[in-house]
Amino acid sequence: KSFYDCELTFLTKQEILLAHKRFTELVAKEDRNDPSPRVPMSKILTLPELKSNPFRKRICHVFSTSESKDGSLTFEDFLDLLSAFSDSATLEIKSHYAFRIFDFDDDGTLDRGDLEKLVNCLTGETDDTRLTPEEMKQLINNILEESDIDKDGTVNLSEFQHVISRSPDFVSSFKIVL
Amino acid sequence: LFHIGVDYRNLEEEGPEVDIGSKVKEEKPKKGQARRSKAKEKKKVLREQCEEECRQDEEAPKCSKNHRNEKAKTEERGDFKRKTKDSCDEERNHISSERGGTEERAHAEKNMKAKKTKRKKEKLVFSCLSSSSESEELSADEEESQEEKDVLTQEELEKLKEAVEEKKKLIANLRGKPWPMSKKLVTLRESQEFVEKYEGALGKGKGRKLYAYKVMMMKKWMKFQRDFENFRTACIPWEMKIKEIESHFGSSVASYFIFLRWMYGMNMILFGLTFGLVMVPEALMGRPYGSMPRKTVPRSEQAGAMDFAVLWDFGGYAQYSVLFYGYYNNQRAIGWLKFRMPLSYFLVGVGTVAYSYMVVIRTMARNANRDGGGDDTSFNFSWKMFTSWDYLIGNPETADNKFASITTSFKESIVEEQESHKDENIHLTRFLRVLANFLVLCCLAGSGYLIYFVVRRSQKFALEGLENYGWWERNEVNMVMSLLGMFCPMLFDVISSLENYHPRIALQWQLGRIFALFLGNLYTFIIALMDEINLKRREEEVVKYNMTVWQASLYNGTVDDNSTTSTIPVDPADVPRGPCWETMVGQEFVRLIVSDTMTTYITLLIGDFLRAVFVRFFNYCWCWDLEYGFPSYSEFDVSGNVLGLIFNQGMIWMGAFYAPCLPALNVLRLHVSMYLQCWAVMCCNVPQERVFKASGSNNFYMAMLLVILFLSTLPAIYTIVSIPPSFDCGPFSGKKRMYDVIQETLENDFPLWFGKVFSYASNPGLVLPFILVMILAIYYLQSTSKTYKAANMDLKKKLQTVSLPITI
Repeated sequence: KSFYDCELTFLTKQEILLAHKRFTELVAKEDRNDPSPRVPMSKILTLPELKSNPFRKRICHVFSTSESKDGSLTFEDFLDLLSAFSDSATLEIKSHYAFRIFDFDDDGTLDRGDLEKLVNCLTGETDDTRLTPEEMKQLINNILEESDIDKDGTVNLSEFQHVISRSPDFVSSFKIVL
Repeated sequence: LFHIGVDYRNLEEEGPEVDIGSKVKEEKPKKGQARRSKAKEKKKVLREQCEEECRQDEEAPKCSKNHRNEKAKTEERGDFKRKTKDSCDEERNHISSERGGTEERAHAEKNMKAKKTKRKKEKLVFSCLSSSSESEELSADEEESQEEKDVLTQEELEKLKEAVEEKKKLIANLRGKPWPMSKKLVTLRESQEFVEKYEGALGKGKGRKLYAYKVMMMKKWMKFQRDFENFRTACIPWEMKIKEIESHFGSSVASYFIFLRWMYGMNMILFGLTFGLVMVPEALMGRPYGSMPRKTVPRSEQAGAMDFAVLWDFGGYAQYSVLFYGYYNNQRAIGWLKFRMPLSYFLVGVGTVAYSYMVVIRTMARNANRDGGGDDTSFNFSWKMFTSWDYLIGNPETADNKFASITTSFKESIVEEQESHKDENIHLTRFLRVLANFLVLCCLAGSGYLIYFVVRRSQKFALEGLENYGWWERNEVNMVMSLLGMFCPMLFDVISSLENYHPRIALQWQLGRIFALFLGNLYTFIIALMDEINLKRREEEVVKYNMTVWQASLYNGTVDDNSTTSTIPVDPADVPRGPCWETMVGQEFVRLIVSDTMTTYITLLIGDFLRAVFVRFFNYCWCWDLEYGFPSYSEFDVSGNVLGLIFNQGMIWMGAFYAPCLPALNVLRLHVSMYLQCWAVMCCNVPQERVFKASGSNNFYMAMLLVILFLSTLPAIYTIVSIPPSFDCGPFSGKKRMYDVIQETLENDFPLWFGKVFSYASNPGLVLPFILVMILAIYYLQSTSKTYKAANMDLKKKLQTVSLPITI
């Protein structure tokens, strides 16, 4: 199976083996004999790489293939996650998944509500680090002015990818390594 | 994607003729006309059925053709179609997902599942519907197809090949598709089966065996490449260390360590070159220590030659060894291999520089490609929003810092955006900035003069004999340079508070000034060194004269021998020596680098470690909170450290020609630095509060490295070209100029015509037009790139204006 995974992900063989080891540590004891165990989101979020990430819940939701949309991940989903966040992943893959992570309401575009939630995630939980409503409005106006090319009030995938492709920091900061 | 779609459309519009699976039907047009018309009718019926279903599935009408195709064929062809259909569906799903969002994709996936079940039903229907005649037809067809499978026309072969290539491309690009793993696995399996099945079919006829062999070799090669990549990634050193630093401090601090590792790799190659091609041959195959005057410690110095102080200063036995230029013999070919030592020395020197240029420029090009090139300021807010979070951070404290810094940067840019329309007191700001620059220039001039003065003083000391002076006088030059390098940047920092720039711009100014400081110091040092070289060369004349006198005195003592053939055995240690300016230069550089390294390490220990210990343990008994107030824990100064690294490398490049031991020394130094600094960062530093990178990309530091490379090879080239080598030390002794060794090699080792060609090529009449052509080429490339940029801007504007009517 790992032969397939090398073709299907951007990870090297060692990385896949390491991922498997870390994943099985998270699997509950009763599911150990399950051929394709599913780990609930709460356990995934205990990983140190994801613990401090403000987007951790969204990441789990995006990569999860569970029917009940509870953010639980199988090992294959986990590999997908690591592959998209790996060093050798292409810009297209990263921007595609970044778009889906930022799309809080899963409607395929980033509208005002999504952008507001995004800013609140980035500025932390405490009150003194949040922006005032006026600042928030100003910021979102600026962002839409820059990125919304067809001026429909939302940022869709192509506009997002266009903005991201010119950024020099994106590829190096959108990285998670086990 | 669309290629496959087009294939399908073609297949259907032209009827079964181009249909690959059923092409065999058309091989014998005479035979099956009636059968075919019946099949067509059947197809029409099935098509209507399919179209209904497809309309419900909201898919393109192509699907109906797929259904039709499938049903009209034998098992084998049906398999083929189904597989390509599946991949076609995958592609369509991909397109739809790109266009829409997750909803559509989920819908499409649902459709796919529904279709699968439907297809199963259809198969049952088909088998029921199939009349005996139909099955007869088909079985007859199958027989025919079995016979005629071997005969494929060229066109169909091409189409099949294209389909196989498409599949292969799909497999190669599969990991770049944003699909879930299960979908990828299914697609991969199907595509691989298809390729395996039809690849064999392609190789029919003449080149079959060769084709199969080629395919196998291709597979083996891919596997080998993949294994090699895996192995290579496993070999990269210090990966875990850097990952730990990344998670604690973010990617900007880690970028310093990644840069350090890259430098280490480059220096390893340089070390390999100098060690393997210069030091080892001389040590193994050249004349041993003590056999020649240049290889022996002179009698006068032998008393203290093994002292640690002398060795630390690279005198004594260290000086008369393979580590320095002076040891090497100018014998043209040494050992049983007839190794051309002088030629090798020269070429390794040139090769070091050439390799460094190549590596730096290649890395710059790769970085530029990846970053999309250029500083774009048109997306400031969006970038802050979408790209500012560093996903490598795994430490809660760092995360908090990052939150704070992001908030600050948001607030600042909002305020900046508003204030950019405000009017400021321009004149006061301008005056202050001019004043600040003036002060900085004074600083730079002052430090340059100080270095010159100190080098002159050290020359005076050397003339009077170094034994009379203490440690400070002996190491004055190096200490002064290191101390200046430590304190002037702080001074610049203070002065820049006058200027009132935006922090990012202030950082760039700061870096520029430190760069100028180091450069000025280095060049002053070199100028002072040139003075010393000239001094030594004058001394050489004197020594040459003295040598003749001394030799005459030797012969006078033994006048009874036949003076024509007598060679008086003289111990090499007693022969008077010419001053070897090249070794002196090499020694100076080595001493400079050693003292620089020591200063860095000591500053690290005192400035970071002792400070952290002090803050941590004295906090209990101090009036104010040491951790939050002054002095608190230190932050890791990324740009300062990177600059230090770059300048050290510049010194290595400058001195490597005269002291082949320098790359080895540098490898050792970088190795120790890596461990020491990793430890110091994790133990004594705190994450930065405000993260401002000097520029968005790594290319800024690479560009500085390139400039330093250029500037540091200039002095070495100048000395090689214009100063004659010492007459009694080094591999070029006895020649008029160092590069004469090339001439000599061309004359003696290469055939005659080669020398002639070379002399024609170095004719100015040929070289000048060549340079002219290169200048023209550069100009042409520059103007095309300008036009591309302008075209880009135009298109961008068009994009923004064209889309406006649509939204209305």
